[in-house]
This record gives sequence, structure tokens and C-alpha cells, in this order.
Amino acid sequence: MHAYANPTRFLAIARPLTPWLLGVGLLLLLIGAWAGLTQVPGDYKQGETARILYVHVPSAWLGMGGWTALAITGLVQLVWRHPLAGIAARAVAVPGMLFTALCLATGSIWGKPTWGTWWEWDGRMTSMLVLLFLYAGFIALTSGDEGQRQGGSLSRGAAIYALVGAINIPIINRSVVWWNSLHQGPSITLGGSSIDNALLWPLGLTLLGFSFLFGAIVLMRMRRIIADNRVAARLRRLADDEGI
Amino acid sequence: MKAKHQRLILALVALVGVAGAGVLAASALRDEAAYFRTPVEIQDGKATVGEAMRLGGMVAAGSIKRQSDGLTIRFVATDGKASVPVEYMGIVPDLFGEESGMVADGRMRADGTFVADRILAKHDERYMPPQMGEMPKGVAKAQQKT
Repeated sequence: MHAYANPTRFLAIARPLTPWLLGVGLLLLLIGAWAGLTQVPGDYKQGETARILYVHVPSAWLGMGGWTALAITGLVQLVWRHPLAGIAARAVAVPGMLFTALCLATGSIWGKPTWGTWWEWDGRMTSMLVLLFLYAGFIALTSGDEGQRQGGSLSRGAAIYALVGAINIPIINRSVVWWNSLHQGPSITLGGSSIDNALLWPLGLTLLGFSFLFGAIVLMRMRRIIADNRVAARLRRLADDEGI
Repeated sequence: MKAKHQRLILALVALVGVAGAGVLAASALRDEAAYFRTPVEIQDGKATVGEAMRLGGMVAAGSIKRQSDGLTIRFVATDGKASVPVEYMGIVPDLFGEESGMVADGRMRADGTFVADRILAKHDERYMPPQMGEMPKGVAKAQQKT
């Protein structure tokens, strides 16, 4: 794992990978959006509003996946002190929060015509809102801290916060099973999907498309942090040479 | 033992501890965090008359009756084991209908009727094209499986 501790080695892979992820992701998203909006029928009961699921479901998946990644980087930071762990965590937090917000917004827009309300404090919605606040806390905790000025590593507090916050992820996932809720139960489980195949396939495209896009954003943000580190290091050297 | 192994074990033990605490808290909240109560819970006496609560269940087939004032509806909410008559005056969401889920805010009246102040429609986890929704449920289910 420490083979990629050297940013140069990491950049050798990240640089060519970024445009590929971005390009393929956008292409899949375009096809998925076109298919989801024009090629498949609406739902038998909800009609056209069901189509929001092609954005809502990938957003929920990435919001939760983002925090799972934060928890892993927190563990890697605490145990192995890997130099890329903190950089990755800082890069993931903002798009993770963005997709969580997108999930809440699309869910609310869907909830009004379907349930008859924008917002209710049921288990699923409340735990997802908690995830949004957890992201805000992590970003506040890691913005402008000591680590940001020195290579991007996470402080012990931030790493522990990322790990502890991960408890919310299984709670979000199980919230509709443990507690009766306004939000429906899981449609897609290991046992199969209760979304008919005629409506399901564009979801695969947008899910992959958003995921690739997320990956591209994370790589771009990681590269920027590494570039900032290099500039800072060079300025320090320059100042030393000048004897300031 | 190397320092990083110590840290790994420490982190994993802490993680298991915190996860355990989370599961305990979640199971303790089982009843409190429930968004609504079901008809069978009301039958078992888990609701007192006049207490503000939510009732969730399926609207029984053929049970929606509009009252003579033209505004009030009465229907039966059921969970398959028990059923509760519901009375509501107001506008229901578009997706409210017989044989589909609903959640009502309101309170129990002494005569065993649930008086709702507000009704929400609950959607289930099935999504399918309109042609399949019109088929009898068994056929649509069988087709879904193929």
C-alpha cells in the first residue's frame, strides 16, 4: 500500500485516469438521463414523478458511499499514517456532502406529489439529514487545520470522528426495516429488485455515471491538494534560501 | 508487536464498541422511532383515547365511503391482522386509494374510530410500468420474477 505514498507515483495514475472517469461518467449520465426521461414508461401508480429515482438513488448511494470512504481513510490514517489518507478524506468530504444534499432535495421534491408532504421526521429522512450534518462537521473540523498546512494529513480527532460517524451508515440503510417509516422499504436487495426491469436499467447507467463523476471529482481535488502542498513547500524553501 | 498493529487492534476494538453502542441505542429506540403505529398495535391497547399519534396501514378494498356532507370520508385501515375505522375531513393526496398504504395523523375516539387531521399516502417498494400495474396482482408478481 505504501507504494503510492509517493505522490509522484499516485499522480502517474491519477492524471490519466481523471479525464477518463470524467468523460465516461458524463457519457453514461447523458445516456442514462435520456433513457430514464424518454425511453422507459412511468410507474403504474406514481406516473412521471417516479423518474426522479434515476437521480435520487445514485445520490443516496454516493452520499453514504462517501462517508464509508471517509471512515476507511480515517482508519488508514490512524493505523498506518498513510500520507494519502488525509488527502483522500479532504477530497471526498465536499462531494459526499453535495450528493447527500442532492438526495434530500430530490427526495423532498418526490415526497410532495407522492406522500403529500415535503418533509416528515421518519427514520430514513432523519438519519439522512444527520449524515448531512456529519459531513458539515467533518468539513468544519478539517478546514484550515494544522494538517491542511502540513501535507494534508488528518488530525486524530478528525479521523476518529470519521470512524464514529460511520455508525450512521447502517442505521440509514436499516432505518426502513427496523422502524416502520413513511419511506418505503428497500427496492433493491441482495435477493433481487422490486423495480421492474423495464424501469430499472437506466438506473444502472446513472448509478455508474454518477459514481465515475464522483471518482473524477475526488481525483481532481486530491491533485489540487497535492499541488498546493508542493507550492507551499517550494515557497518555504525559497524563503529559507533568501534567509527570511 | 509493532506499533501499527497495536493501533490497528485499538482502533478495531473501539470500532466494535461504538458499533455495539449504536445497535443497542437503535434497538432501544425501536418503538420510539417508529413513524406510525399499526392497527394491530392499537388493538393490543398501545394507544390511549385522545393521545396524538399516527396510524399507518393499508386502505381496505371497497372501504372508502364519502359522507353526506361531501367533505368527510370514512375508510378502514388494516394491516392484515387487525383493522381500525378512520374518519377524515379534508383533501387527500392523489396517491391515496384503496389497497394502498397511508399514514394518518390524529387521535383515537372513545368509540374506536381514528379521527385524522391529516392523511399522507405511503408508496411501496414496487415500481413497474402501467400495463403491469393493471394486471391482477398475482400475474404482475409472476411476471416480475421472470
